[in-house]
Amino acid sequence: MRHFVIVGILVIAMAVLTYVGLDAAGVASQMHPVAASAQAASIDQLWNWEIIAMSFLFALIVVPMLYSLIVFRRKKGDTTDAEHIEGNTPLEIAWTVGPLILVVFFAYMGAYSLGEVRRADPQAFEVKVKAQQFTWTFEYPEYGFVSTELRLPVGRQAVLKMESVDVIHSFWVPEFRVKQDVVPGRVTEYRITPTLPGSYKVRCAELCGTSHAYMESPIVVTTQADYDSWVAEQQALAAAAQTPEGQGQLLSVKNGCTGCHSLDGSALTGPTWFGMYGKEEELADGATITVDDEYIVESILDPNAKIVSGFPSPSVMPPYQFTDDELASIVAYLKTLK
Amino acid sequence: MKRFFSSAFSRGLLWQLIGTLAGAGLVTGIRALMGLSVTDTFFFTEPAWVLGGLVGAVSYLFGSGVTADWVKWARGMDTPEHPEEHFSGWEKYINVSLDHKVIGIQYTIVALLLISIGGLFALIFRTELAASELQFLTTDMKLFGQNGPQLYNTLMSLHGMIMIVSILLGIAGIMNYVVPLLLGAQDMAFPRLNAFSFWIAVPAAVLLLMSLVLGGFDTGWTGYPPLSARAPVGMQMFFMGVFVAGWSSILGALNVIATVLRMRAKGMTAWRLPIFVWASVATSIIALTATQLIGLSFQLVMFQRLFGMGFFDPAKGGNPVLFQHLFWFYSHPAVYVFILPGLGVISELLPVFVRKPLFGYRWIAMSSLGIALVGFVVWAHHMFTSGMNEYLRVPFMYSTLLVAVPTGVKFFSWVATIWKGKISTPTPMLFVLGGIVVFLMGGLSGPPNATVSTDLHLHDTYFIVGHFHDTIFGGFVFPFFAAIYYWFPKATGRRMNETLGKLHFWLMTPSFFVLTFGMMYIGLLGMRRRIVDYDPALGFDTTHLILTIAGYLIATSVLVFFYNFFNSIKNGEKADGNVWNSRSPEWQVPSPMPTHNYDQAFEVVGEPYDYGLEGSKYIEFSTSAKSKH
Repeated sequence: MRHFVIVGILVIAMAVLTYVGLDAAGVASQMHPVAASAQAASIDQLWNWEIIAMSFLFALIVVPMLYSLIVFRRKKGDTTDAEHIEGNTPLEIAWTVGPLILVVFFAYMGAYSLGEVRRADPQAFEVKVKAQQFTWTFEYPEYGFVSTELRLPVGRQAVLKMESVDVIHSFWVPEFRVKQDVVPGRVTEYRITPTLPGSYKVRCAELCGTSHAYMESPIVVTTQADYDSWVAEQQALAAAAQTPEGQGQLLSVKNGCTGCHSLDGSALTGPTWFGMYGKEEELADGATITVDDEYIVESILDPNAKIVSGFPSPSVMPPYQFTDDELASIVAYLKTLK
Repeated sequence: MKRFFSSAFSRGLLWQLIGTLAGAGLVTGIRALMGLSVTDTFFFTEPAWVLGGLVGAVSYLFGSGVTADWVKWARGMDTPEHPEEHFSGWEKYINVSLDHKVIGIQYTIVALLLISIGGLFALIFRTELAASELQFLTTDMKLFGQNGPQLYNTLMSLHGMIMIVSILLGIAGIMNYVVPLLLGAQDMAFPRLNAFSFWIAVPAAVLLLMSLVLGGFDTGWTGYPPLSARAPVGMQMFFMGVFVAGWSSILGALNVIATVLRMRAKGMTAWRLPIFVWASVATSIIALTATQLIGLSFQLVMFQRLFGMGFFDPAKGGNPVLFQHLFWFYSHPAVYVFILPGLGVISELLPVFVRKPLFGYRWIAMSSLGIALVGFVVWAHHMFTSGMNEYLRVPFMYSTLLVAVPTGVKFFSWVATIWKGKISTPTPMLFVLGGIVVFLMGGLSGPPNATVSTDLHLHDTYFIVGHFHDTIFGGFVFPFFAAIYYWFPKATGRRMNETLGKLHFWLMTPSFFVLTFGMMYIGLLGMRRRIVDYDPALGFDTTHLILTIAGYLIATSVLVFFYNFFNSIKNGEKADGNVWNSRSPEWQVPSPMPTHNYDQAFEVVGEPYDYGLEGSKYIEFSTSAKSKH
C-alpha cells in the first residue's frame, strides 16, 4: 500500500512537471508560431488538452517503471524469483475501458474542433489559388487581377479555391495552422479567417520536386483599409497592362514564372531575367548563344532545347503554350528588365 | 576469397547482372525493329530497364540455386527430405541453406547491412540539414545525373524504403530464428519456401539501390503520382524493388502462420503459446493480406508510365487521391507489421529479467490481434489534408484513436509485470526498457495526428517525422537489439560483451531522445518534412545542428554494436547454458542448437511465464527419441 501512495504522489508531481516543462518550451497553452487565425485558436485549444492528457499518461507509465527499477531492483546475491502475480482481471478491464472512454472523448473533441475549423461564413470572399512547380499565384476574381502575394483583410473569412496544374502541392501557413493539399484535376477548398495583421509565408508542405523547399510565397494580413488601397493599386496596375510590356509582365505573374526567374539578378532555380536580354550565354553543351527573341521563344515552348550551363539538365521547367502575340509581349517585357 | 565468389550470393549477383542485360537487350532489340528510340539518358530506355530489372531479379533466384529443388521436382527427380549441409562456418550464410536458424541469421545480417546503408543516407542528408542554405548538396554538384537537391530527395526517399525493407527482413530474421525453437519444431513448415523468401529479398535490395544511380527519384518513399509519374527512370527501379521485396514478406508470413498452426509441440495450446509467437502470428496476418496493395499501387503507376494507362492522371480521367487510398491500405498496417514482433520481444523478455509472470498474458496476446485488426481500418488518417471526402475524416479519426486502447493494454501490463519484480538490467533488458519508454513517446505523440483538426497543422511536418521515428525505434530498433543481445548466445554459444553493450545503449538512448524531441519541436514551429533547405528566418539552425550531432552519436553507438557483434562471434565469453535463467524451451538445451533443433521432443506441461511458482514447469522432455514432424 505504501508503494502505491508514494507512486501516486510521484505520478501527479511528474505529470504537472511534464506539462509545465512543455508549456515553458512554448508547445502547450501558448503555441509558437503565433496563432494568426480564428481556426488556429480552436486547434490550439484541442492541442493543449492533448498535451495535458499526454503529460498525465507519460507520468502514469514512466513513474511506476522507474520506481520499480530503483526500489524493486534485484539485491546482490539474490537468485530467487519474485512474487507469482499472474494478472488481475478487474484491473485489466479498468485499463481497457478507461482509455476507451478517454479516446471517445478526444474523438468527440476532435470532431467538434474540425467543425469549428471548417465552419463556412456565407460572407466569405473568394480567392483562386494556382499551384505549380514551384510557385503560387493568387487570382482575385472580384477585382480581376492576379498577384504573387496573398493579401487578406483581418477578420474576414477568405475561401481559397485551389487548383494545381502539375503535381500535388499543399497549402500551409504555420501561423494559420490549417493545411490543405492542392490536387491536379480537382478544386480543393481552404477557409481561413485571419485575426492578426502581419507578414507570413505559405510554404508548400507536400513534396513536389527538386525545388520543393523553396516553394514559398508571402502572405500579408492587413486592416480592411490597407487592403482596400492595395486592391485599388493592383487594379490600376492591371489596367496599365494594355501595352505589350505590361501584358508580358501580367502573363509572367499569372504563370508563376518569377518563382524560378528572379527580376533582381539573384540566382533561383532558373536564370535571372535581370539584364538577360542581349547577353551572351554558354550552353551546357559548350556552344555559345545570344539571348534574343528567337532564343526566348524557343525556351518558353521547349525549355529543354538549349540549357544555359550551370542550370538543371534536363530542365525542370515545364513547356508552356502561348499565342504569338503573347510570346511577343513576354519578349517585350523581358527587354525592359535592365 | 575464391569461396566467396563461388557462393550462391555471388553467383546470384552475376546472374542478376546477366539477366538485367538480357532483359534490357531484348526490349532494346524489339524497339530497334519497331523503329523506336533505343538509348536514353541512362543508356537503356525506361521499358528496357524495367524488363531488365524483372528478368534480373528472377535470374538471381535461379543463379543462387534456391529454386534448384523445385526445378528437380518439376523434372520428376527426387530430393532428400532433410538435405545435408554442404557448408560450415561463415560459408553457410552466403550459400543456400534450408535450416531456419541459418536463414534467420541471414535475414538478420542483411537487415543490419541495410540499416547501415539507410543510416549512412540519413547521415548524408542530416549533415546537409545541419545549417540553412545548401552546404554540399548544391545545385552545382552533379552525381548519378542528379544535382544536389535532387540527390537529397533520392537519398531521403531511399532512406525510407531501405529502412522499411531492412525492418521487414529484421523481423523475419527474429521470427525465423525464434518461432520454431519456441514451438519445439524442427524447422519451418516450408523450408524451401523459407529460403526462397529470404533470397528474393537480395535482388530486391539491389533493385532499390539501382534507383540511386539511374537518376534517382524525388517523391519520398510514398511515391505519390503525378510526381512519381514524372520522376526519372530510378522511380521504376524503386517500384520494382518494392514489388519484389513484397514477395519476401508475403511468403515469409505464410510460412510463419503455417508453422504456428501445424508444428507446435504436444500440449502447446493457444493459451500456452509463448507471447512472441502470438505477436508473430498477428504481424504475419497483416503481412500476408495487405502487402499486395502496395505492390498493386506501385504497379499501376509503373503501367501508367510504361503504357500510358491514366489510372492516376486527371487529364485521362484518373484520380491521384485513389493512389493514396491503395497505398496506405498497406502502408499503414505495415507499421504494425514493423512493431508487433518488437512488442512481442518486449513481452517475451520482460518476465525473464523481472522474475515474475507476464501480467495479463491473455490480454497482451489479444491486444496484438486487436492492433492488427483495427490497423486495417485506419489508413485514411494519412490523408486528412489530401482532399478526400471531408466527412469520412471523422470515422477514420475514431478508428485511429481506437488503436490507443490495445496499445495502452500493453503498456499497463508491462508496468504491472515490472512492478514488484526482482529486476536485473543486463544489456537485453536495458534495450527492452528503453524500447518501452521510446515507444511510449511514439504512442503519446500519435493521438494529436489522429484528431483531424490538430493534424491539419502537424501533417507533413517534422512532428510526424519525430513521432514516426519514436514508434519505429521503440517498436522495432530497441527490441531488435534486445533480441540480438538476448539470443546471440543461443546462436553462437558465446555472449556479446556487456560493457560494450551498455555503452551502445547509453550512447544511443539519450541521443535518440534529443533527436526525436527536437524533430517534434521544430515540426510544431513550422519545419516541413522532406525539404533540402529551410528558411534561415525560421531560426531552426541551432536545433538542426543539435539534431545532426545526435544523429552522429547514434551512428557511433551502432558502430560499437557492430564491433561487439562481430568480435563476440569468435572472442565472446563462452556461454552454452541457460544464460538468462529462462523457462523458455530453447534455453533448456545446450547452445548452439544442432541443425534439426531438439534431440528430444518436449511436451508442454505448464504455463510459459510462471516465474516464482514453486515446482512449476513449462516443458518436459520426453524420454523417447527424436521428435517427428
